[in-house]
Amino acid sequence: MRLTCTVNGTEQQVDDVWEGESLLYVLRERMGLPGSKNACEQGECGSCTVYLDGLPVCACLVAAGQAEGREVGTVEGLAAPGELHPVQQAFLDAGAVQCGFCTPGLLVATDDLLARARAEGRTPADAEIREALAGNLCRCTGYEKILDAVRLAADRTAGDAR
Amino acid sequence: MSAPTRTPSGAPAHLTGPGSGRVGDDAARPDGVLKVRGEFAYGSDLWMDDMLWGVTLRSPHPYARIRSVDVGPALAVPGVHAVLTSDDVPGSKTYGLELADQPVLAVDVVRYQGEPVALVAADHPETARRAAARIVVDYEVWEPVTDAREALGHPTWNQVHETEAPVTELSRESAHLHPQGNLVRHLKVRKGDPHATADVVVTGEYEVGMQDQAFLGPESGLAVPAEDGGVELHVATQWLHVDQRQVCAALGLPPERVRLTLAGVGGAFGGREDLSMHVHACLLALRTGKPVKMSYNREESFFGHVHRHPATMRYEHGATRDGDLVYVRAQIHLDGGAYASSTPAVVGNAGTMGIGPYVVPNVHVDCYGAYTNNPPCGAMRGFGSVQTAFAYEAQMDALAAELGMDPVELRCRNAMEQGSPTPTGQVVDSPAPVAELLRRLAAMPLPEPPGTLDLREVPGGVSNTTHGEGVRRGVGYAVAYKNVAFSEGFDDHSTARVRLEVVGGEPTVTVHTAAAEVGQGLVTVEQQIARTELGVDRVVIHPKDTDVGSAGSTSASRQTYVTGGAVKAACEAVRARVLERAAGLTGRPVGDLRLFDGTVVAEGLELPLAEVLGDDAVEETLEWRHRPTQALDPETGQGFAHVQYAFSAHRAVVDVDTELGLLKVVEMACTQDVGKAINPQAVVGQIQGGTAQGLGLAVMEEVLVRDGRVQNPSFTDYLIPTVLDVPPMRIEVLEYADPHAPYGLRGVGEAPNISSGPAVLAAIRQATGLPLTRVPVRPEHITGT
Ligand code: FES
Ligand code: FES
Repeated sequence: MRLTCTVNGTEQQVDDVWEGESLLYVLRERMGLPGSKNACEQGECGSCTVYLDGLPVCACLVAAGQAEGREVGTVEGLAAPGELHPVQQAFLDAGAVQCGFCTPGLLVATDDLLARARAEGRTPADAEIREALAGNLCRCTGYEKILDAVRLAADRTAGDAR
Repeated sequence: MSAPTRTPSGAPAHLTGPGSGRVGDDAARPDGVLKVRGEFAYGSDLWMDDMLWGVTLRSPHPYARIRSVDVGPALAVPGVHAVLTSDDVPGSKTYGLELADQPVLAVDVVRYQGEPVALVAADHPETARRAAARIVVDYEVWEPVTDAREALGHPTWNQVHETEAPVTELSRESAHLHPQGNLVRHLKVRKGDPHATADVVVTGEYEVGMQDQAFLGPESGLAVPAEDGGVELHVATQWLHVDQRQVCAALGLPPERVRLTLAGVGGAFGGREDLSMHVHACLLALRTGKPVKMSYNREESFFGHVHRHPATMRYEHGATRDGDLVYVRAQIHLDGGAYASSTPAVVGNAGTMGIGPYVVPNVHVDCYGAYTNNPPCGAMRGFGSVQTAFAYEAQMDALAAELGMDPVELRCRNAMEQGSPTPTGQVVDSPAPVAELLRRLAAMPLPEPPGTLDLREVPGGVSNTTHGEGVRRGVGYAVAYKNVAFSEGFDDHSTARVRLEVVGGEPTVTVHTAAAEVGQGLVTVEQQIARTELGVDRVVIHPKDTDVGSAGSTSASRQTYVTGGAVKAACEAVRARVLERAAGLTGRPVGDLRLFDGTVVAEGLELPLAEVLGDDAVEETLEWRHRPTQALDPETGQGFAHVQYAFSAHRAVVDVDTELGLLKVVEMACTQDVGKAINPQAVVGQIQGGTAQGLGLAVMEEVLVRDGRVQNPSFTDYLIPTVLDVPPMRIEVLEYADPHAPYGLRGVGEAPNISSGPAVLAAIRQATGLPLTRVPVRPEHITGT
């Protein structure tokens, strides 16, 4: 089948997609966007988290056909080319990246959390951060520096308009 | 053949990164920006236009004879390019780290569930999977051997292997390997009086379940056939050269025709020390003449790598009434599963360090590694020391209770220190601040008692299982130690090639080693060392490949020590040549010159490196080794077996809902001596990550194996800690230099993974008053239902 959707603001069209392929597979293997990761392909790890029409989803659980005509946002589209998004910068500054396999999914999940909090004019408390990231597994860091990174990004972007 | 076409700009390209930070600084990772942009190429991201996908057909049975394999139906599937079985393995049919006992593809017999039987290459992964399902394998199913002690109890009954496996150069010299029976290794440690008696005696039996490394990046790689009939393999691994040795043997090709390059690695923790898809992808690539990618899904990953050895352990501790340890006797059984992997070395660790970092005059330890038809077990972070720490630390708490002593005091009273003898007759010849680690922990403030009720802070969380009734808080301590680097006489070395030249007017250092970066940050450490030794900020990390000599394994907490040592030594050699050149140019004595900020400096002299080097490059390649160690005496286990020890201690605070058996780890505190923190931020990251993995084993992680079959090969059923399970941590890093090690550093990665779980267990015992001798603790162990 043919799939047409917008990815990171650019219209993408791919042919010969087999119905059983996930959005994750199409992004990674057909669109040349391997930034979203594939640690479980069962909806358990969050490494494949992308935006679908502005909401974070596990791309491994979305059938490719479900993305038809919709807007997808991946880690590759968080920042303008050559720049870093404040969440990306905070993950680096806090030392929250080790192997980095969890990172793309966590960046999208964190961006979503902070955008929601900013829209309500606040920064998220620790318990809320933990709830928001509970679906994103990381095996390397023990999460402490990921929490540091989220707090840092929240502080740095607190005044930004949505 | 061209390189992979969609290699995003990360590995395996050269890494430079933002560029500053010397030894002791929180330098930034050179691969960090690529990783946060999603541009870092992990093994599973590699891609070429005309590549095929390889998949593995695995045995559904833990133990069976293969009567026949019919690949015809698979070959008939459109899109399939090749189907291979053991008949298609041109070289050695078996491989292995220490013993070459594991078939590349099953030969006549399968010895564990998930053993690879056949391979398929096709133009779409789903086509390959469907074709593999059409291969007809006729099995005669046998009853599996599933208990390590039973396997040893019947040395000639139902033996898992019938022939002796060839021993590799990695094999422990002193390992006594039986050609018959299921014994992989029996290590004896004998010190002092085997029949010593004591005033106070405690005994206990303990069991540790099978843990999985659960790295997030699946086993993956891309094999590309080369024009010389050889193959290029891009793969996520821990030790390129030991892979190369085994791939060459299986393919029947010389090393110059099997070139390996490290792909991006999504965590390792020991699980990538053995081969997974390496030979398979190469076989398919050579057969089809096309690049072949293999990437396991999560379920296959559970069958595609070794796990941590499950252990059963019996301990007896004797002490004086004052609390001085008189003797420890222990029997430790480790289930090695169907193939040896690194079982002999794991037995070595479990046995030699099996009583913990304490001084004991009389020690009698027997440690066994056995073959069974369970999943093969081998390396995982902590490597034999994790299992025994649960037992010896439980014993120390039991002894403290028996003596009416404070558990921290009892530990401090018997703690190892510099100059102490070990059970294997070694003298600890560098700082060993065991008591200080514990006392610092005990001095840290405790977290606030539960205050106003927030459901997110209680066991069971927002499941609303308790509002605090039935909840008890426990506090537990544990201390552990672990050898750093390879032991028992192994020639443990690393190779570094360092080149200094002026590129575009800027002095540039290129560091080339084969040391696998798996997430820990070795590439950062390599840059920091080069900047420190050569006074040059711009340091490029060459792709990790087999064009340079072996760096040894990224395991045993050894790379910062050994490859760090090699990079330092190569930099020193480069520096000596550069300064000699500068001395020739300036007429100043070499001894007066140093390198600083891209210049050669001396009193009244500042000579830019560009003027010293011109268009020349100064390059040195050096092999570096740590002090030699010795094999253990086969009868007594005595010998200088370990080059260095790492020490860490944990305090855990746990709330337990004693009615439902639910837990909430409230806080973890850790003290660790790292000798010298080369990168303090990364050191703390290792401690935090190791602490979480130890906590996971203590309360949730277990590969459940019933009758040789894995019950939970998914992240749905094999649970690893989430951000809700891992509590805030307090960490104190001590830096007592080891005079024998580069910069005084001590390996960091494993120790915190060893002491954290036993501290959690101690806290749960304190909260519940239960003995809790099995790990991981499950709710039913607490409620008794
Ligand atoms: S890969 Fe999608 S949740 Fe794990
Ligand atoms: S950094 Fe490796 S999984 Fe998170």
